[in-house]
Amino acid sequence: MTREQVAEFSIEYVQALDEEANLDEAVAPDLDDEQLLEFYRLMRLARRLDERAVALQRRGELGTYAPGVGQEAAQVGSATALAPEEWLVPSFREGAALLARGAPIHRLLWYSMGMEEGAEVDGANFPPSIPVGSQPLHATGIGWGKEIAGEEEAAMVYFGDGATSQGDVYEAMNVAGALDAHVVFLCQNNQWAISTPRASQTRAGTIAQKAVAAGIEGVQVDGNDPLGVHAVTRDALESARGGDPVLVEALTYRRSMHTTSDDPRVYRTEEEEAEWEARDPIARFERYLRAEGLLDDERIADIAEEVEGAIADEIDRAKEGQKRVVPAEMFDYVYAEPTSELRRQKAEFERETGGGETTTPEEGSSGDERAGGGEVSGRGE
Amino acid sequence: MANEIRMVEAIQQALDEEMARDESVLVYGEDVGVSGGVFRATKELRESYPDRVYDTPLAESAILGLGVGLGATGYTPVTEIQFASFAYQGFHQLVQHATRLRSRTRGTLGVPMTVRTPYGGGIRALELHSESFEAGYAHVPGLKTVVPSNAADAKGLLTSAVRDPDPVMFLEPTSRYRASREAVPEGEHTVPLGEAEVVREGADVTVVAWGAMLAETLSAVGRGDADVDAEVIDLRTVSPMDSETVLDSVRKTGRCVVVHEAPRTAGLAAEIIARINDDALYYLEAPVERVTGYDVPFPLFAREDAYRPDAERIRRGIERALSA
Ligand SMILES: Cc1ncc(C[n+]2csc(CCOP(=O)(O)OP(=O)(O)O)c2C)c(N)n1
Repeated sequence: MTREQVAEFSIEYVQALDEEANLDEAVAPDLDDEQLLEFYRLMRLARRLDERAVALQRRGELGTYAPGVGQEAAQVGSATALAPEEWLVPSFREGAALLARGAPIHRLLWYSMGMEEGAEVDGANFPPSIPVGSQPLHATGIGWGKEIAGEEEAAMVYFGDGATSQGDVYEAMNVAGALDAHVVFLCQNNQWAISTPRASQTRAGTIAQKAVAAGIEGVQVDGNDPLGVHAVTRDALESARGGDPVLVEALTYRRSMHTTSDDPRVYRTEEEEAEWEARDPIARFERYLRAEGLLDDERIADIAEEVEGAIADEIDRAKEGQKRVVPAEMFDYVYAEPTSELRRQKAEFERETGGGETTTPEEGSSGDERAGGGEVSGRGE
Repeated sequence: MANEIRMVEAIQQALDEEMARDESVLVYGEDVGVSGGVFRATKELRESYPDRVYDTPLAESAILGLGVGLGATGYTPVTEIQFASFAYQGFHQLVQHATRLRSRTRGTLGVPMTVRTPYGGGIRALELHSESFEAGYAHVPGLKTVVPSNAADAKGLLTSAVRDPDPVMFLEPTSRYRASREAVPEGEHTVPLGEAEVVREGADVTVVAWGAMLAETLSAVGRGDADVDAEVIDLRTVSPMDSETVLDSVRKTGRCVVVHEAPRTAGLAAEIIARINDDALYYLEAPVERVTGYDVPFPLFAREDAYRPDAERIRRGIERALSA
């Protein structure tokens, strides 16, 4: 009988900026002051947008919303490493990543206002993926296309720790490895999938090691450290552009509720939340930038004010657009060329509703059915 | 004795009572344990049955596939798929295995699994949280598909589903979960699968609906012209379908309207109309009307009211059936 070890693996953990905001020069990416400040501004923008969006949802002006509070560094750090023309394939919590890619705020709001207008694509951003874990295959498809075309570009896909339980996620990584797809898999391990903690999701010690079975590289990074995330993602993208896909696990924490319909007090402790509040990515980065002399109270106040104004303008713009929703447009984009049956149905709809004239969602919803339902949405996802 | 409770509570009650009655019943799915499910339908079950209620990893294919193994070997799996649109992630397990094991093994193995899942629109939910796919399930041989419209039926039908030896897809209308408090029998309450109910008798026209559309239908005929004497049928189980109850009614009224939230093309209205053509054509005084969703992906919520049939559209359908 022969027994010998035929495989072994290890997973690296990377951090550039530690919890005390000390920088490891060997790991830190080479960024100029302007870029560093831009990271900071984007993180503040994302945080503030989340706060405003949750408040709007509470007032009934937005639908269910998934805030990314606590995950700003994981998203801004990684999305900024992707070239603008390279595709970003998000999950449903990637507000900060999309802001970093220049996505207009009113679009993000429109999506949460239940308007398809919000998922229109300009630039290389896929629309959000609501089914968990189904979208990594799309990024692998994009990245395989790059390999076939011989182009040195990559795609990057975001998903959560919960998503890694889905077969599709493993299929995406395995196929990417087999076909040399130019893709980076960016898992934001925020510790929770709704009420299910990471430890109940998988017995694997790290998410990053899930790459091993697919034969691709896996690496873990402190997801609350924007500089570490940026450095690791930048390297991963470099590798992916040459046909070697990488799984990056960004260790972070979802500090707020899963969505505005969720109540985290049912399943987690305040101590845990407090522990992660102390590791907040924005606070850590701010501390570093102050120490570097790039930020002081005055600059911070300026940035806050600028962010506030930009969001206020965009909320106004979103509300304006909301007033112009044309219901009959639901028929217009089902096929490139509408079928005769769809044309018939659209005509019937317009006849019955008087031409599909403008209604706001508020005007559109009425009746006790919905009143009852509204309560449900308070409990649903 | 009856209690005034909501549909979601009636569902919880059925699960609780069936778990108490039958030790083989196992409840599992995403977030069903500690948090009691995102709609709280499995609330407190874990406290009562700590070894029989499980939170699973986020994997629908696993949830349904596990049910095949558990079900074939002595358990009675009652799973929750968090939202109906994510049952697609495990659809192949249903179609390729769960529903075929009995015929493949000439009856020696079966899968007594019940798959509970919220479906349908009307609650301003996220994208892909509002679909009505009952026709897709009805197209799968070996599967029973149940859609309760009220709290008492939800309890009675779910109890029957859990006791059924074959796989049952149990579609719960989210917009009805907390819509009203209704009288629900306490203790043992079963409603047989495969039997429709005439919920309102009438002579002029038959209206067939199920799930969330039943309330819309009742409000349509309630508010309609006084001289419209509509008979309303709640199909309750869409597969196997109780066409006899529908046919008897159509033979009486001579007119029929079928209402569903799902898209029109290849929806269940088409099947019901085909059965009427087969067995009651000569009783018809007008073509059968259908009031349905459109052949478009279920829109985000700013447009969902435009998509979903409501009392107004149902009333127009009835008027068309009466005027032809
Ligand atoms: C296929 C599928 N199953 C279930 C859901 C319901 N759901 C939405 S988010 C979520 C948890 C996702 O957890 P994770 O992947 O860790 O991402 P996070 O929400 O933490 O960002 C679940 C179960 C869904 N959207 N899609």
